[in-house]
Amino acid sequence: MRINGEEHQADCWEGESLLFALREKLGFPGAKNACEQGECGSCSVLLDGTLVCACLVLAAQADGHEVTTVEGLADGDRLHAVQQAFVDAGAVQCGFCTPGLVVATADLLRRNASPSDDEIREALSGNLCRCTGYAKIFDAVRLAANA
Amino acid sequence: MDVLTPRTLPEALRLKAEHPGAWPIQGGTDVMVALNFDRGRPATMLNLNEVAELRGFTRADGALRLGSGLTYGEIEHGLLRDVLPALAEASRTVGSPQIRNRGTIGGNLGTSSPAGDALPPLLVEGAEVECASVRGTRRVALGEFVTGVKRNVLEPDELITAVWLTPSRAPQTFMKIGPRNAMVIAVVSLAVSAGDELRASFGSASPRPVLVTAPRDEADSFAERVAAAASPIDDVRGSERYRRHALRVLTERALKRVLI
Repeated sequence: MRINGEEHQADCWEGESLLFALREKLGFPGAKNACEQGECGSCSVLLDGTLVCACLVLAAQADGHEVTTVEGLADGDRLHAVQQAFVDAGAVQCGFCTPGLVVATADLLRRNASPSDDEIREALSGNLCRCTGYAKIFDAVRLAANA
Repeated sequence: MDVLTPRTLPEALRLKAEHPGAWPIQGGTDVMVALNFDRGRPATMLNLNEVAELRGFTRADGALRLGSGLTYGEIEHGLLRDVLPALAEASRTVGSPQIRNRGTIGGNLGTSSPAGDALPPLLVEGAEVECASVRGTRRVALGEFVTGVKRNVLEPDELITAVWLTPSRAPQTFMKIGPRNAMVIAVVSLAVSAGDELRASFGSASPRPVLVTAPRDEADSFAERVAAAASPIDDVRGSERYRRHALRVLTERALKRVLI
């Protein structure tokens, strides 16, 4: 599969999730492993440009497809506008949910450059922050939208 | 475990006939949870993602054929929103954007959960489930397709290939009760339409989908009729009494929306 623009191969057990393959076999630990049932969004990645939970994709289903992880958002040392906005807004507490929220926010802003608060709420409804730091996460999304 | 990835429908049907115990996987939003939590270890998985015939929808003589690989996201954002508004509303309440981008109506039917959000709006629209195998293709009315909690009439060599319906174009709506708007399994859900007659179906309140109908001039007693048709249980998400009460309230609210 192509990950962040480069071809990668992994020897996977066939029942493995894309998340497990990314983290344990392919060296992309950015997507986080928490609920393994699509409830928390911390493993959000783009599969052929579509936002998905990597824990709910069979690794074999990604064969021949394009995966973008949080590691693929920055341009070299230059952070993606959403990453920079999360830093500037202080939208990170423990940081566990951050990669998923950054990917989900980048996906939202690509489709909708200036979302309303309700649109942000709906777009990020699948990403849980157990520190409950949603106010600053919203600040970061608005900041990135205006960047 | 083997993962088989057919590229065409005939190939998929042949593989299902050769491996009747294979688990079909499309969006994976149910199947992967079972795998991740070790609730099952099939010898074979049948990955349907690459079968183009299962994707999207087509029109034929006023009828609609929804491919079993049609996602909630495609229903929510695409052309079907105007044609099947209750199904689109239901789709929007499923999980999160991530889940809606992957989860499919074929998967919802295959899982046959009483809480399947697509089932009530599809039943109200008179949907039929297309089941295919190397032996041929048959259509089963949705109310007959699901036979109980997570049980259906699908034969081991069959795959769900599509859902057929003729859009009623009747005013219709979908409602769902849960602790929050996103990421909830319905405590109870309801689809109602008001065309030539009143039609309703509910989720999480009976082991299999139930269609409730009444003449339009019996709207006053319809909420009671819907609640009486339910056979809810007490479980972690809600009580039998609450669910029946909620169905009454939702039906009254839904009728206000659709009786126009």
